[in-house]
Amino acid sequence: MVKADLINSLYVFILAAFIGFEVIRRVSPLLHTPLMSLTNALDAIAVVGAIILAGEHKSTLATVLGTVAIVAATSNAVGGFIITDRMLKMFKSSRTQKP
Amino acid sequence: MTPASEYVIEITYIVAAVLFILALKWLSSPVTARRGVWAGEVGMVLAVAGTLLYHGIVDYKWLAIGLVLGAIIGVPLGNVGMTAVPQRTALSHAFGALCVTLVGTAEFYLRAPNVPPFMMSVLSLEVILGGLTVTGSLMAAGKLQEILPQRPITYKGQNFVNLAMLAIAVAIAVRLVLHPEAMVLYPFMVGIALVFGVMMIVPIGGADMPTVISLLNSYAGLSAAAMGFVLNSKLLIVAGSLDGASGFILSVNMSKAMNRSFTNVLFGAFGQVQTSGTAPAEARPVHSATPEEAAAILSAANKVVIVPGYGMAVAQAQHKVRELYDLLTKKGVDVKFGIHPVAGRMPGHMNVLLAEADIPYDKLMDMDEANPDFPQTDVALVIGANDVTNPAARSDAGSPIYGMPILDVDKARTVMVIKRSMNPGFAGIDNPLYYLDNTLMLFGDAKAFVGSIVRELSGGGGHG
Repeated sequence: MVKADLINSLYVFILAAFIGFEVIRRVSPLLHTPLMSLTNALDAIAVVGAIILAGEHKSTLATVLGTVAIVAATSNAVGGFIITDRMLKMFKSSRTQKP
Repeated sequence: MTPASEYVIEITYIVAAVLFILALKWLSSPVTARRGVWAGEVGMVLAVAGTLLYHGIVDYKWLAIGLVLGAIIGVPLGNVGMTAVPQRTALSHAFGALCVTLVGTAEFYLRAPNVPPFMMSVLSLEVILGGLTVTGSLMAAGKLQEILPQRPITYKGQNFVNLAMLAIAVAIAVRLVLHPEAMVLYPFMVGIALVFGVMMIVPIGGADMPTVISLLNSYAGLSAAAMGFVLNSKLLIVAGSLDGASGFILSVNMSKAMNRSFTNVLFGAFGQVQTSGTAPAEARPVHSATPEEAAAILSAANKVVIVPGYGMAVAQAQHKVRELYDLLTKKGVDVKFGIHPVAGRMPGHMNVLLAEADIPYDKLMDMDEANPDFPQTDVALVIGANDVTNPAARSDAGSPIYGMPILDVDKARTVMVIKRSMNPGFAGIDNPLYYLDNTLMLFGDAKAFVGSIVRELSGGGGHG
């Protein structure tokens, strides 16, 4: 890793953490469970690293570990988005709800 | 030299990062929240599609297998029942951390022995945090699913053993940073992290789960961010730090709601069984009531606040509670719900169960909204919650939960507590609430008892 890359990465990390704190502080406790499942699903973006690892095929070990990692991350992304949406669908206001 | 596809990939990543931030921003209100999921999905699909364009990919066979298999596993995991959400969440922390740990390990063996010190430091952070999150989350999921005993298991010197293990893992990491050619040490570092994850969760009991799940969420995010440093992927750093920040905020909230210091949480030193302070319950008199009496009091009330706890989830009583809510609302009673941050097994657990039962979310109040309401409340109905309503936390400096913020149900005109028996709750702390003059104990299973009240109300009261 070049030094410039490291500095850039640190900038990104710190700014993203700040945005994260500011945005997530505003999420009402009402939605804390969907918050956790959504951030979990977003975290599954690690799949891009796994895809490159498995796709480059630099060693058998890398391909095997990469493929397992793809399975783990993809199941998180798919499952995480589905359940978050299912949960959010249930939250209805009394104004929009049929009596 | 850079192929045009590289730019395309970078652009998909930037768009994905923006969409991820918007996803969380839209989650701030239930009105826009579903749009947030949509934004997250689009970002994810874009980034994955962009990555597949990467010119270095020589073999798509394994990618296809991995993606399809992952989707096949993911669909049922997304469709579990709402009561299983805490264990599903713990399991997904494990999967996320597994991905990170595996990628870190593969990167190490691809690069070793030529790993620059900084790279080795973040890589160690990635796999240590990832490793302990994998096993820790599996343990938590096992306890929540009740495959493993939920009782906290403690032994003398537990914290010392745990900290020593962590210290050894860090020492190995330092050694590897200085001498990456000592490749033989790597498996030990990961192995110790994996064992540490198990040991960390062993002393955790059910009521500590909201804090633990949040903490594991934070670890999973941080390990993903560390992976972003290793792979020099800004998108991964963004997603990881968002997840890490979210888990961190939730952990702080939970530890505040349990009146534990944050260091206490960070070191995983929760779950000490508090056996002291429980005076053996000499049978003090309590007032109890029948479903008929409870129904009569409820229908005479103007304002009712229902306080649900994990007991409601265990008894699956939320749908009966909804029927009670409907009947009382029809009679003109103002019914709301007061929800403590640590009620249930994960942050927001009660809200999801009540929303599933079709209770409108504007009737769900958090602790800060609910507490000013109790003095004007005719009936506070506690269903399966215990420690979070214990007035000893306010008044008794000797109580192990002294200082913990509670729902002030005792300030309501009448308190009704549905409870199986007089056995003390999780922490083994006696609850003086039960002996107050304005408290009525309703002994029985939460679902059955609420069902009886509902029958009384719908039979006796007619359809007024």
